[in-house]
Amino acid sequence: MKVGVPKEVRRGERRVAATPETVGRLVKLGFEVLVEKDAGAGASFRDSDYVAQGAAIAGGAKEIWQETDLVLKVQPPEHNPDLNEHEADLLREGGALISFIFPAKNSELIERLAKRKATVLAIDQVPRITRAQKMDALSSMANIAGYRAVIEAASFYGRFFTGQMTAAGKVPPAKVMVIGAGVAGLAAIGAARGLGAIVRAFDTRAEVREQVQSMGAEFLTVSLQEDGSGAGGYAKEMSKEFIDAEMALFALQAREVDIIITTALIPGKPAPVLITEEMVKSMRQGSVIVDMAAEAGGNCALTQPGQVIEQHGTTVIGYVDLPSRLAPTASQLYGSNLTHLLADMGGAKSFHIDLEDEVVRGAIVLRDGELLWPPPRKEPPKPVERKERAPVPPPVSHKKKEASAGASLAVIAATLGLLLLAGAFAPPAFVGHLTVFVLSCFIGWQVVWNVTPALHTPLMSVTNAVSGIILVGGMLQISGRIESPVVILSAIAVLIATINIAGGFLVTQRMLKMFQR
Amino acid sequence: MNIPASLITVSYLVAGVLFILSLGGLSAQTTARRGNGFGIVGMLLAVAITALGHVSSFGLLSAAIAVGAGIGALLASRVQMTAMPELVAVLHSFVGLAAVLVGIASYLGGHSSPTPTEELLHEVEIFVGVFVGSLTFTGSIIAFFKLRGSIGSKPLLLPGRHVLNASSLAVCIVLALRFVGVPIEQGLTSLLVMTGVAGFIGVHIVMAIGGADMPVVVSMLNSYSGWAAAAAGFMLSNDLLIITGALVGSSGAILSYIMCKAMNRSFLSVIFGGFGADEGAKPAKATGEPEGEVTNIDPAETASLLRAAKSVVVVPGYGMAVAHAQYALFEIAELLLKRGAKVRFAIHPVAGRLPGHMNVLLAEAKVPYDIVLEMDEINEDFPETDVVLVIGANDIVNPGALDDNSSPIYGMPVLEVWKAKTTVVMKRSMASGYAGVENPLFFKEGTRMLFGDAKKNVDAILTDLRSEGSSAAA
Repeated sequence: MKVGVPKEVRRGERRVAATPETVGRLVKLGFEVLVEKDAGAGASFRDSDYVAQGAAIAGGAKEIWQETDLVLKVQPPEHNPDLNEHEADLLREGGALISFIFPAKNSELIERLAKRKATVLAIDQVPRITRAQKMDALSSMANIAGYRAVIEAASFYGRFFTGQMTAAGKVPPAKVMVIGAGVAGLAAIGAARGLGAIVRAFDTRAEVREQVQSMGAEFLTVSLQEDGSGAGGYAKEMSKEFIDAEMALFALQAREVDIIITTALIPGKPAPVLITEEMVKSMRQGSVIVDMAAEAGGNCALTQPGQVIEQHGTTVIGYVDLPSRLAPTASQLYGSNLTHLLADMGGAKSFHIDLEDEVVRGAIVLRDGELLWPPPRKEPPKPVERKERAPVPPPVSHKKKEASAGASLAVIAATLGLLLLAGAFAPPAFVGHLTVFVLSCFIGWQVVWNVTPALHTPLMSVTNAVSGIILVGGMLQISGRIESPVVILSAIAVLIATINIAGGFLVTQRMLKMFQR
Repeated sequence: MNIPASLITVSYLVAGVLFILSLGGLSAQTTARRGNGFGIVGMLLAVAITALGHVSSFGLLSAAIAVGAGIGALLASRVQMTAMPELVAVLHSFVGLAAVLVGIASYLGGHSSPTPTEELLHEVEIFVGVFVGSLTFTGSIIAFFKLRGSIGSKPLLLPGRHVLNASSLAVCIVLALRFVGVPIEQGLTSLLVMTGVAGFIGVHIVMAIGGADMPVVVSMLNSYSGWAAAAAGFMLSNDLLIITGALVGSSGAILSYIMCKAMNRSFLSVIFGGFGADEGAKPAKATGEPEGEVTNIDPAETASLLRAAKSVVVVPGYGMAVAHAQYALFEIAELLLKRGAKVRFAIHPVAGRLPGHMNVLLAEAKVPYDIVLEMDEINEDFPETDVVLVIGANDIVNPGALDDNSSPIYGMPVLEVWKAKTTVVMKRSMASGYAGVENPLFFKEGTRMLFGDAKKNVDAILTDLRSEGSSAAA
């Protein structure tokens, strides 16, 4: 099976759908890989690197689209300015494609692809379930974007992130507020913390508090109680009262913090405006806002998607290509996501579209031109509840305990009875032995409970040695004519009991020597 | 030689006290070696006084003792610490065999008893002693082969095995009735047949016990070997044997009890039922088959995880013993300690094939015992732990034991490693543990699987950590 990796055509897109390393893995999965010339140039991968991992290089995009069974891309197909042809039309009839598709807003593109009888999987539609985490390109890209957002902010911010005491005086640390603690938000928190800033984060979903705190940020709350957890780990829209309280909080914070990073998105809706022009005005001169929701309209009223503007002394960054600005890493992670998906679909040998597979069913848009998107609605997964493990009830039920208490009482009674019986009938010598026996059992019981569990093995070997005392039993009978069976048996008993004694004590000694502080 | 009877009795008393002190010494590592010394002195005293007081054929005695001591010393110096369970098992079998021989010899030697009651009692004592001895002998032999791996560790469950055990026992009782009060030639047949039947029971019971239950079996056999010695003491009217046998018997009983509690099993169900099989439920593949994917990790990534960790807990299991990974493991611990991390070892009571087995192996690798902690001491600390390394352990870190009541090991206390930030599980494959239970731990989000030979992986991690250390220093 032949897989093609074209050069991305969108302006400014530096990512590529496969890196030399992921090509290597694809080859191992049995795929034949064809990479367009200079496809990896934007992400600093040379054609020769691809060849070294087993790929072939194609001279032009046409070859990729026409001569492979499956095309791997980053961006959804679009007009190819060099060939002056739409990529969807370049795809050979009945071909297959995996890339970001965003089918909800690209119905025209899907129609075009359907005409080519194409099979299309949208990597952005991979369901967010545990099993599919390794194929979740949205998360891996969001992670990169969150990191990059902080780097962009740092480059426009004219001060240190970390506080410093220098000989020339004290520099206070930067204060960063992150709105939305999804994958991107958490990555931003981590990066900003790493640079030494003081980080606060806000999210409508109470469940992320722990995650935020684990990254070292302060979790901001409003006094209103409302949980904003929606399906698939996204937030839902909140009530009016909550939004008011939230806005008041942001207004307050805007006056205090130096950098705001917003990541608030609600699926299928324009991004909510959380930072008003008023708030921007109230910010300190030289502050920076990175609006990671710029593509969906922006969380800041002033955001210009794709651009950096400066207004009221504050820089508002509206880049929509943050992952692409970290192209080598983004390509590597994206390529890995694709590789995992292809491995999940059976590799090259048993490659097939299994609609029973939850991941494939979620991601598939077209099969041989037939529209399969959106997948049949399943019960939306319940928001993950923080399960405080209920204290496990002791597995032994009360009844059983009572029963065993009863049983032990019975045993004690029976023992006493037997003892009395022995006292009445047995010869005095036997009773004497019995006394010794019972007392020894008790002493043993007391002594052994004190043995530390770490020494249980030496305990076993020493008791082993001690039980070699049965040797005395042999010795008592060893005297006599050498050919008598009693003597022979006794001699053998003495011999093997001695093995025990010597072996047991010596090995215990050896073990105990090893225990040291 | 003429030694006053009272002197012999007093010497036995002293020997008995020394044995008690010997076990008492094991309550702490610091006094343990002295304890072992007491035991040796006690044994020498007992042997010397018995020899002086009762033995006339010194040549035979010293020959037997010399050969036995030689073999014992050889075994003790040759055995690998990982093979301790086998050694202990085989030593148990010797005690059992000796008890059988002493019992039969005692019967053949005849006994002039003043009253018929005493005669009867004596015969019963012999019978019981030989029974327990024979059971211990064959059971220990089977345990030895199972621990060595010569016999599969899977429980052998014969149909109607309870009936089989019960009827074997019944046969023994019938034989006992035919044994007492008859002349020696007649009685001997019954005694020998019973020895065979008891031996069969021993084989059958241990064959039916699975690998994970071996710690219980070994400690149970330890207990039996004590009872066998005590029974010999009764038949020979020797208090020292009685005292010592009782000490060993209760010691083994306590160990069995502790092991059973650590697995949340009742003693009877271990002895008479295969694992989870007593309710007729099939082990493994219970309804709660864990879902999800495992996340793999390689040694280099593990090393970098460890490098970043402030607090590390190592959980060893039988797999560490098999792979002999304890030395390299401790070197890793040392490197991490040097970097200022907190490193500790967590021991589950039933880890390994012998009570305290892991402690011995770690001690062998010179791990200081104050960083080796018991389950109860460390379970609370897992939430504050950055990385947990699980090496060759499975059932003892299975969260299903706490929250899945369909699991055959439900209710068994386990090391709650999944509460740590990251848990790296080193395993040969995804195969389930001895209990045959799926382990949901492997599918947890914080869990990383490091597949392959534990020794190789540990070495690779060590090399990685070392190289980093030297380059940082340079």
